[in-house]
Amino acid sequence: MQQLYLLVPLAPLAGALIAGLGGRAIGRAGAHWVTIIGVTIAFFASVAIFLDVQNGNVYNGSVYTWLTSGETRFEIGFLIDRLSVLMMVVVSFVSLMVHIYTIGYMADDPGYQRFFAYISLFTFSMLMLVMSNNFVQLFFGWEAVGVVSYLLIGFWYTRPTAIYANLKAFLVNRVGDFGFLIGIGLILAHFGTLDYASVFAQVPGMVKTTVEIIPGVPWLLISVICIGLFIGAMGKSAQFPLHVWLPDSMEGPTPISALIHAATMVTAGIFMVSRMSPLFEMSDAALSFVLVIGGITAFFMALIAVVQYDIKRVIAYSTLSQLGYMTVALGASAYSVGMFHLMTHAFFKAVLFLGAGSVIIALHHEQDMRKMGGLRKYMPITYLTMLIGALANAGLPPFAGFFSKDSILEAVHLSHTPGAGFAYLMVLAGVFVGGLYSFRLIFYAFHGEERFRAQEAHGHDAGHGAHDEHGHGGHDHVPHESPWVVTLPLVLLAIPSIASGWTIGTVLYGGYFGSAIYISPEHEGLAEMAHEYHGVLTMMLHGLSSLPFWFALSGALVAWYLYIVNPALPGVLRQKFSFVVNILMEKYGFDRFNDWFFAGGARGIGRGLWKIGDVAIIDGLMVNGTARVVGWIGGLVRLFQSGYIYHYAFTMIIGVFVLLTLWFGRP
Amino acid sequence: MNPTPWLSLTIWIPILFGLLVLAFGDRHAALARQTALIGALLGLAASLPLYTGFDAQTSAMQFVELSPWIPRFNINYHLGVDGISLLFVLLNSFITVLVVIAGWESIKQRVAQYMAAFLIMSGVLNGVFASLDAMLFYVFFEASLIPMYLIIGVWGGPNRVYAAVKFFLYTLFGSLLMLVALLYLYDKSGGSFAILDWQKLPLPMAPQIVLFFAFFMAFAVKVPMWPVHTWLPDAHVEAPTGGSAVLAAILLKLGAYGFIRFSLPILPDASHALAGFMITLSLIAVVYIGLVALVQTDMKKLIAYSSIAHMGFVTLGFFIFNAYGVEGALVQMVSHGFVSAAMFLCVGVMYDRMHSRNIADYGGVVNTMPKFASLMMLFAMANCGLPATSGFVGEFMVIMGALKHSFWIGFLAATTLIFGAAYTLWMYKRVIFGAVANDHVAKLKDIGAREFLILALLALAVLGMGLYPQPFTEVMHASVNGLLQHLAVSKL
Repeated sequence: MQQLYLLVPLAPLAGALIAGLGGRAIGRAGAHWVTIIGVTIAFFASVAIFLDVQNGNVYNGSVYTWLTSGETRFEIGFLIDRLSVLMMVVVSFVSLMVHIYTIGYMADDPGYQRFFAYISLFTFSMLMLVMSNNFVQLFFGWEAVGVVSYLLIGFWYTRPTAIYANLKAFLVNRVGDFGFLIGIGLILAHFGTLDYASVFAQVPGMVKTTVEIIPGVPWLLISVICIGLFIGAMGKSAQFPLHVWLPDSMEGPTPISALIHAATMVTAGIFMVSRMSPLFEMSDAALSFVLVIGGITAFFMALIAVVQYDIKRVIAYSTLSQLGYMTVALGASAYSVGMFHLMTHAFFKAVLFLGAGSVIIALHHEQDMRKMGGLRKYMPITYLTMLIGALANAGLPPFAGFFSKDSILEAVHLSHTPGAGFAYLMVLAGVFVGGLYSFRLIFYAFHGEERFRAQEAHGHDAGHGAHDEHGHGGHDHVPHESPWVVTLPLVLLAIPSIASGWTIGTVLYGGYFGSAIYISPEHEGLAEMAHEYHGVLTMMLHGLSSLPFWFALSGALVAWYLYIVNPALPGVLRQKFSFVVNILMEKYGFDRFNDWFFAGGARGIGRGLWKIGDVAIIDGLMVNGTARVVGWIGGLVRLFQSGYIYHYAFTMIIGVFVLLTLWFGRP
Repeated sequence: MNPTPWLSLTIWIPILFGLLVLAFGDRHAALARQTALIGALLGLAASLPLYTGFDAQTSAMQFVELSPWIPRFNINYHLGVDGISLLFVLLNSFITVLVVIAGWESIKQRVAQYMAAFLIMSGVLNGVFASLDAMLFYVFFEASLIPMYLIIGVWGGPNRVYAAVKFFLYTLFGSLLMLVALLYLYDKSGGSFAILDWQKLPLPMAPQIVLFFAFFMAFAVKVPMWPVHTWLPDAHVEAPTGGSAVLAAILLKLGAYGFIRFSLPILPDASHALAGFMITLSLIAVVYIGLVALVQTDMKKLIAYSSIAHMGFVTLGFFIFNAYGVEGALVQMVSHGFVSAAMFLCVGVMYDRMHSRNIADYGGVVNTMPKFASLMMLFAMANCGLPATSGFVGEFMVIMGALKHSFWIGFLAATTLIFGAAYTLWMYKRVIFGAVANDHVAKLKDIGAREFLILALLALAVLGMGLYPQPFTEVMHASVNGLLQHLAVSKL
């Protein structure tokens, strides 16, 4: 089995290396074949391991010693349990779908091989992250997925917006990683090891340990560690206020928006916190923090989605909101529910993104929904699969999102952790907004007036640069359905977008995660839910009479009224509530503030330190000043060395005179 | 039969080849290049047995050579390496090969003298790391100034004379105080220049403090530590590419090496007493210099400032007195040798083509130089300490050590995650990414085989050390443990 474990990350890595280093030699088809084969191997190996783990074969072992320092060994190793194996299957499956989809989406892109190399490299990094049995390797994977994300957001590197967005994404993530690394460092300092199992084993003894970060104010060590780790999660999983990079990451090609910025990488934070449940469970302070941050993200980011016109940005803000839901679940100690939503979300959000990509190529890289409309006739498969995605995203039964979202609401409702009340309000209100923006997207893009004809005259929009020339659909002025390499992944992802929710009985209430997740006895809201759970059908029936369902439905109905029945109304509303709309269009002003305060501030301080500290004081005053003083003294002394004999003679006579005076004048 | 004097070979092979190249003169440029390369390769070959034959279990000096040099003053030709110095001999010999290849075509004037300067410097630098006699150390330490002074002053940029003189005076000023300290210790130890004897010499607190500052002046200038760092950006900007690479990769290590070879073991109590001072200066280097690096408009200056920030990690690691810190600092020194050399060579590759180091003159280089852009991406990532590159290992270990020592020190040190990424990647973005900025960029040719070879070798080193640093650290454990135990005992 150990060989199989190694095969899972190494197969995509091999594909990435071959496609990346030998891309020219193997050609375009060679690149997609070699990477797809790699990821397929990883997928089937993951499934085999999944089945094996169901039989109780948990593995925790090291592959090689990365480093030893002092008494500490830092290992590279795997922890294969029910938590990691679920992630492995989800990651490799979505990755495989995205690989296939990319054949169609990137068909005419000059960077074809490079793109496949990147997404395979990403798959490798993500798998290493989830399979890790220690914090060092976790951090490796953590940063590695960040780098690949950086490379992919900036994939079209000639676009100024893309290379701005990727730098921003990397730096914001680095802020998160800064907290993450401090959390890891505190663990090493106090636990003396970075191995998960050894750390968790020591937790009971460390519960009461305090540290004085501000002298005289003792804080619980575990709380400080957990908050540090969670700041890392806030960066990677784009939680308020470190969420600012995710919408901009839409500058990358759509396949990676689906793979990295919806289904897998951004969920790394959720996975990490679930993995760290033995730590987080010991700190109510950290859990409250998680709840509040998650709640804010879930509601306020959903609001922005309502006013966006760019189809990818709508889905991006929806992703932010959904990540907020997962985070809230973690804060409510319902880790398994968070993981469950992570899984269902991976499927339905991948469908939404890939569907959006299908629309975008059909319209020759048009992303503005104002220039879409009525597409359902032309793109039936895309329409249907995206509709499924939207229904799941809105949380309507029997689609997958209903089960996971409803469970989150239930879990938060039952939680007694401080902040749970606030979070409950946020996520409940978010359900309405979720219904609204999901169906706004569907109605805007696929129903109503066919607005794409109006802009057809412009042909290929010059603003999109050289990468526009995809040629899908030719120039027949009617968008049509994408090729099978695009629609097949859509269909394959749409199926679990419906059905994956039905596994709720096993995943949540069947004790699926077993010992992989620890929940302290005080936080057992989930057990209560298990009591009330009587099967999928009952849950759906019960759902029909519950508040969230009606919230989601009314959101959808409002969207229907606004965009189908009375399409003139949104414009009027926008004008009437222009103040609110402006705040939302400005994304609450975070980008502006960060640009001004952090980016501008750092540059200003840097310039000040350089010009004043280095140039004026150190070099000007101290270094060159010393040189000047030496030169000045030299200049004075030089006055005496005029070269005229009579000067010297005269000086000598004065000298002799002075000496004689002193000699004879002595007492 | 005497064992092979490998250390002497690593010192004298490059020096002799340097003299040989000098003798050929500049009329035989091709011959000079080839001979220089052979000399550098032989030097590297002579350094390899040091690693393979090294016994990692002991903290004692190995490959020791001892013979009298100036018996009247009890000055000996005394060489040896332990786990601390070993890696620097290897690093230096490796980098020498690269800079010889790097200067292959870009140096067209006084080729023989250029190559000779690098070879002689290589031997001299090996001498610094291998010396166990303080006077021998001092001679090598000072001698290393001369070739670098010439390299900057002869093959440098337009403002080379100012930079060369600044470099020379700055560092000479510092080392004169060290000479006084050495003579004092010679006197106190009853007429011995043996560094190992000095480490056992009991000393009261007051002289320890004074000596510490005397050494500090010499070594802090070399590292360079804030606020005696301003010679470095000027020197780098004016130095030719190879000069910058050696300056950053090896010459800066002399200061840090001095701290760990002299200041810490000879003056343990002063080191403890002044640790706060040293840590403060180191953190200023990380934060202050990180911010200054952000706003540089000249690529070489930016990398020079980044070097200062990275060297701040080295001095920080030394003065938190735990294994993570000290080993991390040593790893950081080696890694910085690879990464900074690579970054300067990358700038050199562009400078050879565009004759500009100004960030504003570039943009969109990836369009015309994709191979180069990928390699530079790797080095840029290593410069921001990305895991799986060598840049991560040292920073990670030092941050871990710092957090163990004190939360806030670790906190400030960890800000490098943000600053390092900001200044490196912002520069990369402006230079490499984007649409082709101007006609000059449009005409660029991608790297040739020779440039590719150098950068690929460094890439392998950076990745190898990042993925598997264990072979680098296992040789230093015994020596570092020995040092830490020695430091724990007061000399008062």
